[in-house]
Amino acid sequence: MPRKTFNPFAGIWPTSAPQTTPSFSEKSDMSPRKTSLKSPKFTQFFSASPRSKSETQTATASLLAAAATPQAYLNSPSQQISSPTLSLPTISLSTARADSTNTDEPPTTLFQPPSPAEARRIARQHAQFGPLGHSTHRYASRHQGGDFPDPVLDEPPYYYLLTTYISYLILIIFGHVRDFFGKRFREEHYRHLQARNGYAPLNSDFDNFYVRRLKMRINDCFNRPTTGVPGRYITLIDRESDDYNLHFRHTGTTTETLNLSSYNYLGFAQSEGPCADAVEESVKKYGLTLASPRADVGTSDLHMEVEDLIAKFVGKPSSMVFSMGFGTNASAFPALVGKGCLVISDELNHASIRFGSRLSGAMIEMFKHNDVKDLERVLREVISQGQPRTHRPWKKILVVVEGLYSMEGTMCNLPGLIRLKKRYKFNLFVDEAHSIGAIGPNGRGVCDYFGIDPSEVDILMGTLTKSFGANGGYIAGDKATIDKLRVTNAGTIYGEAPPPPVLSQISSALRIITGDLMPGQGEERLQRLAFNSRYVRLGLKRLGFIIYGHDDSPVIPLMLYNPAKIPAFSHEMLKRKISVVVVGYPATPLVSSRARFCVSAAHTKDDLDRLLAACDEIGNVLQLKFSSGIAGGAEPLPEGITPEMEKAWKRSQKGEGRGDLVVQPPRWQLSEVIRRGVTDVKVPLR
Amino acid sequence: MDLHDAQSWLVEFQSQLSLQFQKMPGSAIFLRYVKSSYQNDPIRSAVELFLFLFAIRYLLAPSYSTQKKSYVTLSDEEVDELVDDWTPEPLVAPQTSFEEAENERIPVIVGPTGPKTKLSSGRTVTNLASFNFYNLIGNETLKEKAIQTLRTYGVGPCGPPGFYGTQDVHMKTESDIAAYLGASACIVYAQAFSTISSVIPAFSKRGDIIVADRAVNYAIRKGIQISRSTVRWYDHNNLEDMQRVLERVVKEQAKKPLTRRFIVTEGLFENVGDMADIPKIIELKLRYKFRLILDETWSFGVLGRTGRGITEHQNVDAAEVDMIIGSLAGPLCAGGGFCAGSQEIVEHQRISAAAYTFSAALPAMLATTASEVLHMLETNSDMLTQVKENIKTMWTQLDPRSDWVHCTSSVENPIMILVLKAEVISGKKLTVSDQEQLLQDVVDESLVNGVLITRLKSMPRAINVTAKDIGWELQPALKVCITSGLSKREIEKAGITIRHAITKVVNKRK
Ligand SMILES: Cc1ncc(COP(=O)(O)O)c(C=O)c1O
Repeated sequence: MPRKTFNPFAGIWPTSAPQTTPSFSEKSDMSPRKTSLKSPKFTQFFSASPRSKSETQTATASLLAAAATPQAYLNSPSQQISSPTLSLPTISLSTARADSTNTDEPPTTLFQPPSPAEARRIARQHAQFGPLGHSTHRYASRHQGGDFPDPVLDEPPYYYLLTTYISYLILIIFGHVRDFFGKRFREEHYRHLQARNGYAPLNSDFDNFYVRRLKMRINDCFNRPTTGVPGRYITLIDRESDDYNLHFRHTGTTTETLNLSSYNYLGFAQSEGPCADAVEESVKKYGLTLASPRADVGTSDLHMEVEDLIAKFVGKPSSMVFSMGFGTNASAFPALVGKGCLVISDELNHASIRFGSRLSGAMIEMFKHNDVKDLERVLREVISQGQPRTHRPWKKILVVVEGLYSMEGTMCNLPGLIRLKKRYKFNLFVDEAHSIGAIGPNGRGVCDYFGIDPSEVDILMGTLTKSFGANGGYIAGDKATIDKLRVTNAGTIYGEAPPPPVLSQISSALRIITGDLMPGQGEERLQRLAFNSRYVRLGLKRLGFIIYGHDDSPVIPLMLYNPAKIPAFSHEMLKRKISVVVVGYPATPLVSSRARFCVSAAHTKDDLDRLLAACDEIGNVLQLKFSSGIAGGAEPLPEGITPEMEKAWKRSQKGEGRGDLVVQPPRWQLSEVIRRGVTDVKVPLR
Repeated sequence: MDLHDAQSWLVEFQSQLSLQFQKMPGSAIFLRYVKSSYQNDPIRSAVELFLFLFAIRYLLAPSYSTQKKSYVTLSDEEVDELVDDWTPEPLVAPQTSFEEAENERIPVIVGPTGPKTKLSSGRTVTNLASFNFYNLIGNETLKEKAIQTLRTYGVGPCGPPGFYGTQDVHMKTESDIAAYLGASACIVYAQAFSTISSVIPAFSKRGDIIVADRAVNYAIRKGIQISRSTVRWYDHNNLEDMQRVLERVVKEQAKKPLTRRFIVTEGLFENVGDMADIPKIIELKLRYKFRLILDETWSFGVLGRTGRGITEHQNVDAAEVDMIIGSLAGPLCAGGGFCAGSQEIVEHQRISAAAYTFSAALPAMLATTASEVLHMLETNSDMLTQVKENIKTMWTQLDPRSDWVHCTSSVENPIMILVLKAEVISGKKLTVSDQEQLLQDVVDESLVNGVLITRLKSMPRAINVTAKDIGWELQPALKVCITSGLSKREIEKAGITIRHAITKVVNKRK
């Protein structure tokens, strides 16, 4: 399969003679692209106004991708994108504002219909980052004070749980029956699973039963190949299978879909704009690599600059960067803990954390996901019992949590953890892979969100793969800690140094978020993300779905339960040109299969309405609306009734036979959800 | 796709139903099925039963006990007291003075790196420390292609390969590497260093056996550690010892159920620089029925007429090696790592290699650069000859010319590992840390004279390990990386500088 050479980017390989196809001849226009680096482009980034002539060259250049995937733009699923070709461009409020500062352009051009090339350029830009629809579509993500509540875990009626178990049972029985007969009648298909010529099988049939008999059925929902920028839209390479997902054949076409799958929280996955321009500059200046580990000669001024920026951003004195987030965790733990130390890890922590802590040689204990009480129980037990057998006291205890859990949508209860830390003197390690950039009024992660001083947390780790649209990871802490880690961790000693273009992407993204570069844009991205997250979450709850996670989290899991609904949901979404991630066992507990939406600042409210409409339809067809109402989505309170007065008010209503204390399952009309959404996300969700 | 799914279901359902139906009535059939299916695998039935029980338990809200054998029951007050008494060690130990100096000394490069590199001190020095063997870092064609990729794909793929992170450029790089090597499939990881640490545990599990060279690099050791397999070490590059170990394993395991067995070694050793004898290893692996995991991180793109690695250099069919792991970040000057092998081996990793499944994909521009470099190597073997010339030039300056050091690297290896001669070590009674300090002084001294080289860095001991946990320890060494970006004269001059620096530093030491 990987040897198939379907390749829209064929031009990269000189032997494939790109000049023969007309679409690639446009590439010759590409070399003199200096015009695109002019600074006005920065300020007009969000604007939809036509460019001066010199920039049409950029437009042609930017058609490179369009040429590679011609149907992408014809297929465009968004009305907003196809409309400019029919009439005037839609000029949003934000656009108008951005333009008003740009006085050297005659205002009349605003009303000129754009040339087709120009329209395509804008379409391309908006396919990566949608324009802000209305100034009210913003919100600041911040903990509102008081206790941090655990999200209410709703459960579907028992019928669904039962059918889920029965489905798995049937799948397993079928799998075994097929294996049983297959091994007898179609031996050749099983040969690789059995010992052969004195070699044990690489995969015994038991080990990979799940993969062959369960995952294979829905394999087309995973590893879908893509091309181009994973921005607001993502272009999928269409594929088909003739042998029930064993092999895939690329049909040669592509589909542009709304992207709710990438970790592009702040929308920095862009091939143009200030970040991409900085990256281009950096490639020109530095080349693509330093070809050395950090500890040898892989440290450049760019690394120092980025480490400085990250340290300032997360609010720690010092930081260091690595070329892979997974590797960051894998190498950090052995440098922090070892024999005689204890790692207490949230049960749902990421594989990289488990990998790293296993490498360290420390003992590992788990506590229930996000349960501070359970953590306290574990702490009391381990501290009082000491090390196993010897009962000697632990040398140190490191509690490891994630800021935002990527499968649950939950945030760690940082205030609770800090309270325990003061009492039990452990060290705290927070993996902010998903929360950095995505949470908090300034995008600085969970500390920012809860208004907690970052010095309360010993180690802040994070990845640069997600919100920043780059790659790699970082660790931030005290200067002494980081200095020690620099000389004792494998990532710096042996791992390749992060490449200069990736560093430039990080530094420009960080500068935009902090407002140093293109003031206002970073704030807009943060607030749009916060708005979008709450809007989708509230909408889905009101429609009647079971949604996991905290209100401000941009990761929104929608529960599916039955295994058959996993592929069905994914296919239905794909039919509506929306890409979503679906996961089931073993990434989740057996029963709680789910679809996961990752909301981005690049999405417009219209995109989200499209998502809600699609979910509404699919939810009806697949019977997914089974929330009981205990987790939110309730009718809003009438004028003049505050949440504090709610109970009393309900009691007073009881006599009249209307609302009683029993929670009503929310089953809102889509139109009503959309009508009320924008205002209701600004108040505490209910 | 939907239809296909439904169809497959139906067809299966029908066939199974009819088959079952023929054997009706009675539950005897089911029992017989269970019996015959599980007779050689009772664990399976147990696990399934467990699964079912687990399901029931899950429904009935679990309440588990945490009582352990040596558990001491304490009252709340006692626990409180113990909590008050407990004083943890600081999170990290204070830096040693050597570490502090090490941190200070890490050179910071200003601007691009290359054969001549500007440091933050303002000096421009000859760089013999990066893996820039072919001087590709400043290559304008590569930069241009990378920018084209940037303008089409952005930088990061913003997701792991399983969740829409697989881009067509990754698939192309994979097929390019596979075709270049002559393997049937290939998988690309986002970081070279993390690749083998994930490949090994993806295949080798508890109870499996790994036979490995004592001198293998840190990443391999960590992979072995994670896999929890049984390890047997053989002396570095000693194939007789290897044969003995293999024989012993076969004998020991003869009565036990067959488990997976692997030989793990490197093409060019990171810590020693010498070369493994692959034809002989393949012969042994076939004889004793082991699979071979070959780490070509330092030989891929280096050895062989067109840089295909040790298999090309020693005239072995790459398909004979079960897994070849290589780096796209070192000699290739792009980024990421890969594992090439059969279709089955590659597909298995896509769902079970931790660093692939749980990490974001490689940035597109690094993938296309790797493809591009492979193409250059394939079509332009002059690149390789030039490096080889420079290696020779450097050898004549250092080994056997130097009285103090000798080079343990193979003559084909552009990374020259220089260790102190045995008589020097014994004559001056140098401990390992003495040697490290001495060689660091050499590195500093040659930097003063305008040549940037580096030292073979060893991993500091893991925290709180005891003496018995430490296996093979690498010998401190200097690392000199040759590049084609320097002329013969420049290499000669740098070689003299290094030699003089060694002489000066060693002589100073009593
Ligand atoms: C919590 C956590 N840590 C670490 C990582 C690994 O990061 P990267 O994808 O940059 O390797 C991830 C990514 O999936 C993650 O979710």
